[in-house]
Amino acid sequence: MTQYIVLSAILFTIGCVGVLTRRNAIVVFMCVELMLNACNLAFVAFARQHGNLDGQITAFFVMVVAAAEVVIGLAIIMTIFRTRRSASVDDASLLKY
Amino acid sequence: MTFWILAPIMVAAALGILFVRKAVHAALLLAVVMISLAVLYAVLEAPFLFAVQIIVYTGAILMLFLFVMMLIGVDATDSVVETIRGQRVMAVVLGLAFGTVLVLGIGQVTFGVAVGLDEANAGGNVPAIANILFSRYVFAFEATSALLITAALGAMVLAHRERLTPKAGQAELAAQRMRDYAEHGKHLGPLPSPGVYARHNAVDTPALLPDGTAAESSVSRVLAARGTVRSAPALADDIDDVRRQMAGIEGHADPTTMPETSGKAGAPATTEEDVQKDVQKGVEK
Repeated sequence: MTQYIVLSAILFTIGCVGVLTRRNAIVVFMCVELMLNACNLAFVAFARQHGNLDGQITAFFVMVVAAAEVVIGLAIIMTIFRTRRSASVDDASLLKY
Repeated sequence: MTFWILAPIMVAAALGILFVRKAVHAALLLAVVMISLAVLYAVLEAPFLFAVQIIVYTGAILMLFLFVMMLIGVDATDSVVETIRGQRVMAVVLGLAFGTVLVLGIGQVTFGVAVGLDEANAGGNVPAIANILFSRYVFAFEATSALLITAALGAMVLAHRERLTPKAGQAELAAQRMRDYAEHGKHLGPLPSPGVYARHNAVDTPALLPDGTAAESSVSRVLAARGTVRSAPALADDIDDVRRQMAGIEGHADPTTMPETSGKAGAPATTEEDVQKDVQKGVEK
């Protein structure tokens, strides 16, 4: 049990660092997916720990939301790429000023 | 056992996502993590999530990632320029601290013996999940459908592009062609088809112009870029070869063996050799 949660924590941390360090919007997005998956692993592990299926249901909902989020996110990335010819997160900084 | 094999692979692949330069490699490493996670779900007595993980994540989401990557450009690599000074180092330090705290915190907790899902999964995992999903979580499930519709609409609105200029019709295209001809002398008609005046009519054989040079526009630009186009001088040599052969046959062999010889050479009944032969015969006569 503990090892699953530790693995989940490690994957989540790697996802976090990825979001903070990578500049390519798609890779940043992949790291977000990695974090979601790490959470899912914890949910499923806890479902087994407690002996009921609520954790698995939650993981299922997380997957559904992740799927919807990926569609929207990638559409936004596509639109930004079309207008600015770049998928780097540093270039989309017009709202800063 | 499965866990101890998969966990190092997953951590290595996840770390790889941080360090590889190309986005495609990151996507492939993410696929490794996702499939390993699916196997872990199977180990954790969640066969339904095992299937969903593979179908939805590796099947749909990663394909979507790769698809968008193809549209944006596969070789789009990260810039190494830091917009905020020392941001990378800070992020790594922060991540390490966060990870350490999480792992140490989890290490302090004793979870006790896992209850296991044998009882909950008694009638099968999928029926059990369906029972809960369509009773206790039915409103969340309905909300999910609204979310999915919103996502589909949002993707349509975002990916839709307004046409900035009116679509060019046939009349405009014809006028444009005439203008190109008047200003740049661009050929008005369709491009010549390959190999028409050459000995072969394969697509990689340029058509020969009356003066024996190859017509560049008759071969696809892709073939020309690959360098698989047969050159016109080589073709001319070919023709000379055939002519010499024909002359040799005419000189040495008697006419009754001639069809056999041409058969051995692998030429069908009416090739250009035959035509040339006939022409030469006519000339000799």
